[in-house]
Amino acid sequence: MSTAAQEKSVYEQMGGEPAMAAAVEVFYRKVLSDERISHFFEDVDMERQASKQKAFLTMVTGGPSSYSGKDMRAGHAHLVKRGLNDGHFDAVVEHLRSTLEELGVAAPLVARVLAIAGGARADVLNR
Amino acid sequence: MSMTHVKHESKWYPLEPEESVLDGLLRQGVAVPNSCRAGACQSCLMRATSGDVPDAARVGLKDTLRAQGYFLACVCKPVAGTRLEVSGADALRVAARIESVSPLSPSVLRVRLSTAAPLDYRAGQYVSLLREDGLARSYSLASLPREGLLELHVRRIPGGLMSGWLSEHARAGDAVSVQGPAGSCFYVPGRFEQPLLLAGTGTGLAPLYGIVRDALESGHTGPIWLFQGARTPEGLYLTDELRELARRHSGFHYRPSVLTGGSRDVAEGALDVLIRAECPRPAGFRAFLCGDSGLVLSLRKKLFLSGLSLKDLHADVFLPSTPRAEASGAR
Repeated sequence: MSTAAQEKSVYEQMGGEPAMAAAVEVFYRKVLSDERISHFFEDVDMERQASKQKAFLTMVTGGPSSYSGKDMRAGHAHLVKRGLNDGHFDAVVEHLRSTLEELGVAAPLVARVLAIAGGARADVLNR
Repeated sequence: MSMTHVKHESKWYPLEPEESVLDGLLRQGVAVPNSCRAGACQSCLMRATSGDVPDAARVGLKDTLRAQGYFLACVCKPVAGTRLEVSGADALRVAARIESVSPLSPSVLRVRLSTAAPLDYRAGQYVSLLREDGLARSYSLASLPREGLLELHVRRIPGGLMSGWLSEHARAGDAVSVQGPAGSCFYVPGRFEQPLLLAGTGTGLAPLYGIVRDALESGHTGPIWLFQGARTPEGLYLTDELRELARRHSGFHYRPSVLTGGSRDVAEGALDVLIRAECPRPAGFRAFLCGDSGLVLSLRKKLFLSGLSLKDLHADVFLPSTPRAEASGAR
């Protein structure tokens, strides 16, 4: 058996779906309260947005996810038109970091999650 | 691109590109009950007997309805080229009669209905009320299932078709029908010590009135806060009943409020400011919000940001009916 197969995903190590449900509330509250980026979320349905945030967290922690780069591009194209840029992306990543830290996720795991999230930058910003 | 066709009562109707099943049928003279036209009130429920409808046309429907092929005609835009055969939702309607119509305030009517068969609902849910000619509007239930009669609070809308008919022409004994219930804004017994926060404007009080009494009768022990908002004191109603309820239950706090014209008994100010003053730390509460969409959505966000969990936030946004070339009515 290879070490890769034995190693659990961050998602599993964090506690799976219940942990994501808790994390998404903390994370989404931070995002909505941040004046730099909250205007991108003004007109959206909170429930739907929260479920998208959960799908995002599930993906970046290596959980079962159907999120694809194509979805990311399509889902953010209208925001790019409204000026979504690297600064906004960095702000979201910052909230992701502080959420995971608050929930007691170990530093090496946080680093892995942030690396995966950073990999979505080109798709989110439609570059 | 091939056209989409919908078959209704043995006749085929073509749909324009991007046109909903409801709009297409109405345009061609088919009478389909409808009200909010936004996928919420479920007045335009139809059943697909053959052909595919998009998933978006089934959002919010109970699994039992999905399994039988029901969908919402107002948000159903079939894939181009679809041939869809539909039937109405008569099987889901229960015959009812008007028992009484009486004013609760200058702008709100209390309508009581009896049904031919008991309606299985939870206090706080809503139903579509259908007149015999198919005119439909959805209204929240203010009654409890054990009370037998259904009670609706109907706001009188200038030029409103249903509210105008109810206030001027409807008589005890008139036949109507009721479809539903729908909506997930209701009390679920359990966590009896959890504080409850209820807030509503206008006839948003109707479901909250049912939910408060349901919670109290279920043995809820935690504090219950009810914030009733209106522009002016004339917009408030059931104030005496609610004050009496608060006298009988020490854990129930009733707070009527208005934007202008406050008094010793009625607070003056914006609803969210009053809520923050009385319930400064709502984390851990369960909340029920009903009424005007702008207010409900903004309150929901504020309560979430102040720590209330999304799973404990139940909101029922009242959408105005948006009929074609008709004066508007509303819940």
